[in-house]
Amino acid sequence: MRAAGLESPSLLRRARAGGAARAYLRLFVAGFREQAAYQLAMFGGLVANVTFGFLKVAMLFATVRAAGGTVQGYDIGAMSAYIWISQGMLGSINLNGRIDLADRIKTGDVAVDFLRPINVQLATVATEAGKAVFALIPRGVPSVAIGALVVGMSAPGTAAPYLLGAVSLLIGITVSFSTVYLVAVVGFWLIETRGIQIFYMVISGFFAGLYVPISLFPTWLLVVAQATPFPSMMMYPIDVLTGRVTGAASYGLVCAQLGWLAVTLLAGHLLTVAGRRKLEVQGG
Amino acid sequence: MLASRIRSQRSYRSNFAFDLASSGFVGLIELAEVWLLFHQVTVLGGLTFQQVLLVFGIADLCNAVADLFVGHCDTLPTYVRAGTLDVFYLRPQPLLLQLMTSDISLRRLTRAGVALASLLIGLSINDIHWSVGAVGLLVLTIVSAVAIFAAMYVWAAGVQFFLIQGAEFTNAFVYGGRYAATQPAAVWSTPLKVLFGFVFPMALSAYVPALRLLGLPGPAGLPTWLAWCTPLAALWIWGFALLMWRLGVRHYQGGGG
Repeated sequence: MRAAGLESPSLLRRARAGGAARAYLRLFVAGFREQAAYQLAMFGGLVANVTFGFLKVAMLFATVRAAGGTVQGYDIGAMSAYIWISQGMLGSINLNGRIDLADRIKTGDVAVDFLRPINVQLATVATEAGKAVFALIPRGVPSVAIGALVVGMSAPGTAAPYLLGAVSLLIGITVSFSTVYLVAVVGFWLIETRGIQIFYMVISGFFAGLYVPISLFPTWLLVVAQATPFPSMMMYPIDVLTGRVTGAASYGLVCAQLGWLAVTLLAGHLLTVAGRRKLEVQGG
Repeated sequence: MLASRIRSQRSYRSNFAFDLASSGFVGLIELAEVWLLFHQVTVLGGLTFQQVLLVFGIADLCNAVADLFVGHCDTLPTYVRAGTLDVFYLRPQPLLLQLMTSDISLRRLTRAGVALASLLIGLSINDIHWSVGAVGLLVLTIVSAVAIFAAMYVWAAGVQFFLIQGAEFTNAFVYGGRYAATQPAAVWSTPLKVLFGFVFPMALSAYVPALRLLGLPGPAGLPTWLAWCTPLAALWIWGFALLMWRLGVRHYQGGGG
C-alpha cells in the first residue's frame, strides 16, 4: 500500500522535478567554478571595461553638458551610474552570440548531450548563467567600484532598487543566454550559424543599451528596441538598479523581462524538439 | 598566395554575401552610435555632426583597411592553443607575413565602404579650403593612419604569445583605440589624452588632421600642427609593435607538435 503510494505518478513527478532542479543548480555552480580558472582573462576583461568606461564618460558627459546639464533625464551622476553598471555587466551578458553549444551542434557532438537524462536547453542556460554570475565578481563589481571612486555616480538611497535590481540583473543574464541559445539551435538546420551570430552581435549591444541608453533613441527606434528581448538583458536591469525607474514601473520592467524569458525559453524548447527530430533523421 | 585566399572566400557565395552585408551593418551601427549623441545636442567636443563625419570617415576607413590585412592577427591565441602555429614555422616565409596573408577577410570591404561614404560626405559638405597642402595632408593622414591601426593589431598579436587567455587586455587598447579614434578628443580627460593621444596615437590618426582641414583650433595639449606628425606617430607605434612581436615570437616555445 505504502509502496504503491510512493509510486503514485504525482509523487514520482515531484521527486524527479526536485532532482532535476538540483542537477541544474549543480550545473550552475559548475559553470561558476569553471570561470574561476580564467583569472588573467577576467583581469583583461576588467581592463577593457574600465578603458571603454573612461572613453564613454568623456563622450557622454560632454553630451550631458552640451545639452545643459541633463539629457532625457540623465544628469552627470545618473549617466555615470549607467556607464559603469553597463560596463560591469558586459562580462556577464552574452552580447556576442557565441556559445559552445553551436560547435557541438555543428560537429554532431550534441547527440551525446541528448543521451543524458537532462534537458539540454535548461542545462546549457544554467551552466552559462553560472559562468556569467561568477564574472560579476572579478569584472562587474570592480568596474562599478572604480567608476564610483574615480568618477563618482548617483545611487538610490532606499533598499528596494537594489533588491529588485538584483533580481532584474539575474533575469537579464538568463534572458541573454536563453536568446543566444536560439542562435545556436538554428544550427540544426543551417549547420553554419556564424552569419546569424554576427547579426546578433551587431544588433544586441545596440538595442541592449550598451553604447548609449535607449532613452536617447528617437521614438521610432525606441519602439523597435522595445520589441526585442535585448533591452531586457541590460537596459532594464540598469534602469531598476539605478532607481531611474521606480515603483510600479520598475515591476513592469521586471515583468517584461520575465515575459521575454518565457518567450525565448519556449521558442528554444520548440526548436530543440524539432531539431532533435531532424538530428535523429540524419542519424547524428 | 593572396589570390588563392581571395578565391577561397568567394567560393561559398551565399555565406560571403551575408558576411559582406553584416560587415557593412557593423559600420552603420557604429555611425549610428555617433549620430545618436548628435541627435541630442548640436555641438560635441567643438564639432558638429557634419564635421564629425570627417573624423569618423578617416578613422573608420583606415581602421577597416588595416583590419582587412592584419586584423585577424588576434586569432593568434587560437593557433597557439591548437598548436597549428608550428606549421607556419615550417614554411620558408616570415611568420608575420604568413599570418597577415592567412586570412584576408574581404567581408571587411563593406565596412570600409560605409566609412568611405562618411568620409566623402564629410569632405563635400564641410567648408574646407582646398589647396595642395590640404590634399597632401589628407593623403599623408590616410596612409599614416592605416599604418597606425595595422601596428595596433601587430603589437597586440605579439603580446598574445604571453597572455593566451588575456586577449581582452589588448582588446581594451586595440578596439578601445578604434572607438577613441572616431571621437572628438577635446572631450577627453588628461589621462586619456596621454594614452590615446600619444602612447597609442589615436587622436593623431583622424581627429587632429580633421581639425587642420576644417581650419579649427586644437584643444589643450593637441595643437593642430601635430597633424603633420602622423607619419612620426606611425613610426613610433610600428617600432613598439615590432618590438612586442619579436619578444612574443622569442617567448613562444611551440605547441609540441
